[in-house]
Formats: sequence, structure tokens, C-alpha cells
Amino acid sequence: MKKLLIIGLLFLLSMLLYAQEISTEVIEHSAENSKCFSCHGSSTYSYYNEVLERYVTKRMNPYFIIDSMVYYDQNHRSFDCIDCHSYDFRTFPHDNTLRMEPMPSCLDCHEGDDATADFNFEIINDEFHESVHSTKHSEDFTCWMCHNPHSYKIVARNSENIKETIVYDNNICLSCHADINKYQLISLNEKPNIIDKHDWLPNQFQHFAHVRCIECHTHTSDNTLVAHHIQEKEKAVKKCVECHSSSSTLLASLYKFQAQENRRKYGFFNAAILSEAYMIGANRNLYLNILSFIIFGGVILTIIVHIILRIVLK
Amino acid sequence: MYIYPVWVRIWHLVNALLIIALVVTGLSLQYSGSDFILMPFKSSVTIHNTSGLLLCASFIYYLLANHFTSNGQYYHFKSKGMIGRALKQARYYSYGVFKKEEPPFPVKVGRKFNPLQKLSYLFVMYLLMPAVIITGIAMLFPDLLPDRIFGILGIHFIDLIHIITGFCLSVFLVVHIYICTLGNTPSSNFKSMINGWH
Ligand code: HEC
Ligand code: HEC
Ligand code: HEC
Ligand code: HEC
Ligand code: HEC
Ligand code: HEC
Ligand code: HEC
Ligand code: HEM
Repeated sequence: MKKLLIIGLLFLLSMLLYAQEISTEVIEHSAENSKCFSCHGSSTYSYYNEVLERYVTKRMNPYFIIDSMVYYDQNHRSFDCIDCHSYDFRTFPHDNTLRMEPMPSCLDCHEGDDATADFNFEIINDEFHESVHSTKHSEDFTCWMCHNPHSYKIVARNSENIKETIVYDNNICLSCHADINKYQLISLNEKPNIIDKHDWLPNQFQHFAHVRCIECHTHTSDNTLVAHHIQEKEKAVKKCVECHSSSSTLLASLYKFQAQENRRKYGFFNAAILSEAYMIGANRNLYLNILSFIIFGGVILTIIVHIILRIVLK
Repeated sequence: MYIYPVWVRIWHLVNALLIIALVVTGLSLQYSGSDFILMPFKSSVTIHNTSGLLLCASFIYYLLANHFTSNGQYYHFKSKGMIGRALKQARYYSYGVFKKEEPPFPVKVGRKFNPLQKLSYLFVMYLLMPAVIITGIAMLFPDLLPDRIFGILGIHFIDLIHIITGFCLSVFLVVHIYICTLGNTPSSNFKSMINGWH
């Protein structure tokens, strides 16, 4: 009895500690940042105009607006703006040369970083440098192009909801491939129309809602969860059965985490996919499959015996 | 005796061709990606969907025609003694044929089907066909289906019914064709189905 009591108390204590741990997780909204947000957080800003000697209100460049709700919900939410940006941005008007400041790259901070070793930043970096975006373009195409510095949040790794991951990841690609303004930051060539270019794919909208662009456009690797090696368009997956089969490649990418689970539980070849999507060709049930072979075999056998008897007893 | 009117023969031919197309493409969809490939995936999808819709039309035609012509009467049956009669026919197929016995229910005016035929046609035409057609059409509109049925993805549940009924139809197809060779001569029933005369 005493033992039980002690265990119970220990349990309660650990719960309390745990709860405390969670509460310290809440990010303190940095006072430093609130100054920046006072201008960069809304569509207008005010400043003291020393020439006119009064406050004036102006419109903020829409591309320079950062939603603080989103900011404090992303990977680098614990950062002050001036951890990445120059300290001198605290003065307004910002100094003209500040816009030329070089920005840190992911690897500057994450290379050899133990806390994020699971992510394999070095391999991702190599994959990226082999991808079409990197080889076909200048230095302008950086990781930040896809990983918005003020909103990027890991989804694929954390989300239980595959659909959410698909939407999030596809929107990254579509932020350029469906928006000429951002596309032109990189290339002045004509932007190919995504919908026309995927005409060959039936049920296109259904597909784009249930698979990610990278499923067809990257070469998956075992070391990274999200493949970054985007290949030339000629190498993109066009064969339906790459996905529509019981050995679907989706098991190695989109459903990588779920794949090992509950396959045995239900006997489906692709239990992982089935719980989230319906895919022709990938939805075979092991037991039904065996049963159908037995029944069909039995019928054929009976017919053969019947034929033989008919001939023999003629 | 003239027992298969022209419309029955045309319907039956169309129906049989569509079903065969559906079975072949259905198998390619189900076993896509394995070594066993009857047809490329992409054309299978198109052929399967169009044949399915055509089958739906031909099935509705069959229902209406049976309703408005006298052919429908052959599908009515008295439940009393049905089992006994069916067993008698089954005994004939599994024993009597070899002994050169006379069929217990020969075709005559007002009786086109023997009891087993009647039962199996009823089962296939009024249960399996509607089930396979309704589930097939449902899968063309996946976004309208309920999210979960009995705890599994709605479309997947519908798909299971579709695949199971499709399988039963394939088994029927094989048995049906074989039983048709048990007429007066192995080919006589097929001739009847072409010229209408028994
Ligand atoms: C009084 C309003 C105001 C405050 C406060 C303010 N900014 Fe700005 N910021 C602007 C305006 C307006 C622009 C665009 C025009 C310009 O560059 O002056 C801008 C531009 C920028 C740019 C883009 C420079 C470029 O052209 O690429 C960055 C980065 C930036 N601010 C960072 C910050 C940071 C970090 C803080 C907080 C430490 C901050 N700003 C505080 C008004 C403000
Ligand atoms: C993790 C580093 C990081 C933090 C923290 C950060 N930024 Fe940035 N910010 C960047 C990078 C990198 C760019 C350049 C993006 C590019 O070139 O596409 C940038 C660009 C900008 C721009 C110009 C937008 C543009 O499209 O050119 C503004 C304005 C800005 N940041 C404001 C802020 C403010 C305000 C904060 C704090 C609330 C902040 N940043 C926090 C990395 C950061
Ligand atoms: C200025 C340094 C710096 C830069 C630049 C930087 N990061 Fe980080 N990043 C960090 C730190 C520090 C953490 C840990 C944050 C924490 O625990 O609050 C982190 C965390 C992360 C995490 C893990 C979040 C989690 O919850 O485990 C990811 C993913 C990430 N960064 C991706 C990137 C990517 C992608 C880039 C480039 C586009 C990048 N970072 C650029 C410093 C940086
Ligand atoms: C073409 C767009 C693109 C570029 C360029 C890109 N990424 Fe990513 N990255 C993605 C997408 C999409 C994801 C998936 C986001 C999610 O769902 O969490 C991702 C995820 C990640 C993750 C998290 C993976 C995990 O295991 O959870 C890391 C780390 C990362 N990227 C690092 C980088 C680095 C470093 C670079 C530059 C060398 C880079 N990315 C460039 C698109 C890109
Ligand atoms: C910052 C903008 C941007 C983002 C984000 C982006 N792309 Fe691109 N992408 C481009 C540009 C620009 C090109 C044109 C390359 C060229 O000039 O041939 C391109 C080309 C491509 C090509 C064609 C390569 C070829 O062989 O011509 C593919 C495929 C592609 N992107 C896929 C993706 C995928 C998948 C994503 C998301 C993971 C993505 N892109 C995100 C800008 C972007
Ligand atoms: C089912 C596989 C598949 C999916 C999903 C897919 N693509 Fe593609 N994509 C292809 C193939 C195959 C081609 C090459 C088409 C061709 O050459 O005719 C292609 C071509 C492209 C091109 C090159 C167009 C050109 O001709 O320059 C871009 C850019 C592209 N895709 C972007 C995307 C984006 C963005 C998404 C996500 C919204 C996406 N793709 C989703 C298979 C796919
Ligand atoms: C990248 C993987 C992938 C490729 C490649 C792919 N599909 Fe799909 N497809 C899917 C997924 C996932 C779904 C399931 C959508 C859902 O859950 O409703 C789907 C759904 C479909 C559907 C709709 C099924 C329904 O519910 O009605 C059709 C039809 C289809 N695919 C045909 C094709 C054809 C034809 C090709 C080749 C040209 C192809 N797919 C290539 C992944 C793929
Ligand atoms: C699954 C597809 C098929 C279905 C659902 C089906 C159904 C039927 C039905 C309902 C009848 C009775 C028609 C009537 O007179 O009202 C019939 C008769 C017949 N069918 Fe089929 N059939 C199919 C495929 C075939 C095929 C492929 C063949 C030949 C290769 C065939 C050969 C015959 C013959 C010879 C008859 C006449 C004998 C009899 O009435 O039993 N059938 N079929």
C-alpha cells in the first residue's frame, strides 16, 4: 500500500514537472520585436517626420508585412528580428546600405548543430545543390526562397494529418509556380502554366490535393524525410503505376512515417495510404486476395472435372 | 420455338462485351504494377469508366424492357418448392447429365429458364448488377462520399463492395458460359442466343 502511495506521489510530481516544462515552452514575445512589429506588423505605419515636425502615416510595402501570429508559431519563433537582421534596423529611416547586408544561410547556423542533427541539413544542402533550382539559377535561389524566414514551420515531420502536409508543401512550390511576381525574382522567362503542363494527368485537382509536387519531381533518398533533389522535368514521374500499385512509391515519401504501422493489423497491402486516401491499385486486401484466388481456382477446377467426366462418360 | 426476342439478344451481346471489358480493365487496375499486366493503367481507367457508364445505361434498358415486355414473366417465381426444384436441377447438372438423363425442366412455352437459371439470373441481375453499378458510379464522385463508413474511409468501403461484387460477377460469368454448353449440344444454346430460336 505504502509503495503504491509513493509511486502515486512520484507520478503526480512528474506530471507537475512535465506541466511546468510545457509552460516554459511558451515563447516570451520579445520586447525588441514589438518595435519592429509596430511598423512591419500592419499595413500602415507612422513615424515622426523631422522636416514636417509631426507624425505621418504611410502605407507599408505589402511584401514587408509580417503577421506576428504566424511569426510566433514558426520554427524560429524564439528569435529576435535582429538575430538575423542588422542591429541598425532599430533606427528609422533604415540606413540605405542595410538592404545590401548579406543574410545568413541555414547552414551557417545548422551545420554540425546537434539539436537538429536528425534533419540532416548537410545532406539536404547537397541535394538542393544538385536540384534544377540550384543548377539552373544563380545564387539568388537560396533555401529562403522555399523556407519563408518569417513563417516556415515543420509540418511533414509533426503533422498527423497528411492532407495538411500536402497543402502546406504544395503551397511552397505554388508560391512561385502559381505566382508570376515571385517567379520573376528568379527568372524572367515565361512561367509555364502548371495546369496546362499537367494536362496528361487525369483528375488533376484531386491529384494535387492528395499528393505533393515533390512526389513526382524529386528523387527520394533514405537519409532525409523530405527529398530536396528536384529533377529536370524529363525525369519527373509520369507512370501511373509508380503510385497506383501495392508497391507505391508514396510509401517511401509521403507515407514514410505511417508505412510501417498497421499493415499487419488490417492485412491491407497499403494500410498506411488507405487510412488517408483511396488509391486505385494500391488498395488490395491480402486476405480477400487469397480468398478470391481460392474461390476462383475451385470454380475452374470443378468445371475441368465436369468437362473430363462429360468426355469420359460419353 | 422462338424464345429470345431481338432486343434480348442485342442487350445480351452488349452486356456481355461490356462486362468482359470491365473485368479485364478492372483486373489491370487492381493488379497494376505487378508483372501481370493486361492493359496499361491509364487506358484501363478510361475504358473501365466508360464501359461502366454504358453498362449502367444498358442495365436500365434491360430493366425497362423486362418491365414492359412479356420477357419479364420468366423472372417471376413461386417461392413454394423452389429449393426442391433447384436441387433437382443441381442434381441433374452434377449427376444426371453424365447418365444421359432427360433435363428435369426442359425449355417449353412459358418456361425459358430452369429453376437454377432463374435463381442465378435473378440474383445476378437484381442484386449484383445494381450493387456494382451503384458503387461504381459512387466512386466517380469521391468528394461526395461520406468521410468514414464503419470506421474506414468511405470511398474505401464502397470500393470493397465494388470489388467483391465485381469478383462475384466474374465467377458468374465463367460458370454461366460453362453451363450454357450443357444444352442439347455444347453449342446449341449459343446458337439460340444468336438466332433466337430454341
Ligand atoms: C517606423 C517604422 C519601422 C520600424 C520601427 C521598423 N521598420 Fe523596417 N522598414 C520600414 C519601412 C517603411 C521599410 C521599407 C522602406 C525602407 O527600407 O525604408 C522597412 C524595411 C525593412 C527591411 C527591408 C529592407 C530592404 O529593403 O530589403 C527590413 C529587413 C526591415 N525593415 C527590418 C526591420 C527590423 C528588424 C526592425 C526592428 C528592429 C524594423 N525594420 C523596424 C519601417 C520600419
Ligand atoms: C531566422 C532569421 C530571420 C529572422 C529571425 C527574421 N528575419 Fe526577416 N528576413 C530574413 C531573411 C533571410 C530575409 C531575406 C529573404 C529573402 O531574401 O528572400 C528577410 C527579409 C526580411 C524583410 C524583407 C522582406 C523581403 O521580402 O525582402 C523584412 C521586412 C524582414 N525580414 C523583417 C523582419 C522582422 C520585422 C523580423 C522580426 C519580427 C524578422 N525579419 C526576423 C531572416 C530573418
Ligand atoms: C541565425 C541562425 C539560424 C538560421 C540562419 C537558421 N536557423 Fe533554423 N534554427 C536555429 C536555432 C537556434 C534553432 C533552435 C530553435 C529553438 O529551439 O527555439 C533552429 C531550429 C530550426 C528547426 C527545428 C525546429 C524544431 O522545432 O525542432 C528547423 C527545421 C530549422 N531551424 C530550419 C531552418 C532552415 C530550413 C533554415 C534556412 C532556411 C534555418 N533553419 C536557418 C538557428 C537558425
Ligand atoms: C524548392 C523548395 C525548397 C528549397 C529550395 C529548400 N527546401 Fe527545404 N523543404 C521544402 C519543403 C516543401 C519541405 C517540407 C516542409 C514540411 O512539410 O515540413 C522542406 C523541409 C525542409 C526541412 C525539414 C525536413 C524534415 O525532416 O522535417 C529542412 C531541415 C529543410 N527543408 C532544409 C532546407 C535547406 C537547408 C535548404 C537549402 C539548402 C532547403 N531546405 C531548400 C522545400 C524546399
Ligand atoms: C522561388 C520560386 C520557386 C519555388 C518556390 C519553386 N520553384 Fe520550381 N522553378 C522556379 C523557376 C524560376 C524555374 C525555372 C527554371 C528554368 O529557368 O528553367 C523552376 C523550374 C522548376 C521545374 C522545371 C525544371 C526543368 O527541367 O525545367 C520543376 C519541375 C520545378 N521547378 C518544381 C518545383 C517544385 C516541386 C517546387 C516545390 C518544392 C518548386 N519548384 C518551387 C522557381 C521556383
Ligand atoms: C503525378 C506526378 C506529378 C505531380 C503530382 C506534379 N508534377 Fe509537375 N510534372 C510532372 C511531369 C511528368 C512533368 C513533365 C511534363 C512534360 O514534360 O510533359 C511535369 C512538369 C512540371 C514542370 C515543368 C513545366 C515545363 O514544361 O517547364 C513544373 C514547373 C512542374 N511540373 C511543377 C509542378 C508543381 C509545382 C507541382 C505541384 C503543384 C507538380 N508539378 C506536381 C509530374 C508531376
Ligand atoms: C504521385 C503519385 C500518383 C501518380 C503518379 C498518379 N496518381 Fe492517380 N492518384 C494518386 C492518389 C494519391 C490518388 C487518391 C486521391 C484520393 O484519395 O481521392 C489518386 C487518384 C486517382 C484517380 C481518382 C480515383 C477516384 O477516386 O475516382 C484516378 C482516376 C487516377 N488517380 C488516375 C491516375 C492516372 C491515369 C495516372 C497516370 C497518368 C495517375 N493517376 C498517376 C496518386 C498518383
Ligand atoms: C456477366 C455477363 C453476363 C450476364 C450478366 C448474362 C446474363 C444472362 C441472362 C440474364 C440471360 C437470360 C436472358 C433472357 O432470356 O432474358 C442470359 C442468357 C444467355 N447467355 Fe448470358 N450473360 C452474360 C454473359 C454471357 C456470355 C459472355 C455468354 C457467351 C459467351 C453468354 C451466353 C448466354 C447464352 C448462350 C444464353 C442463353 C441460355 C440461357 O438462357 O441460359 N452470356 N445471360
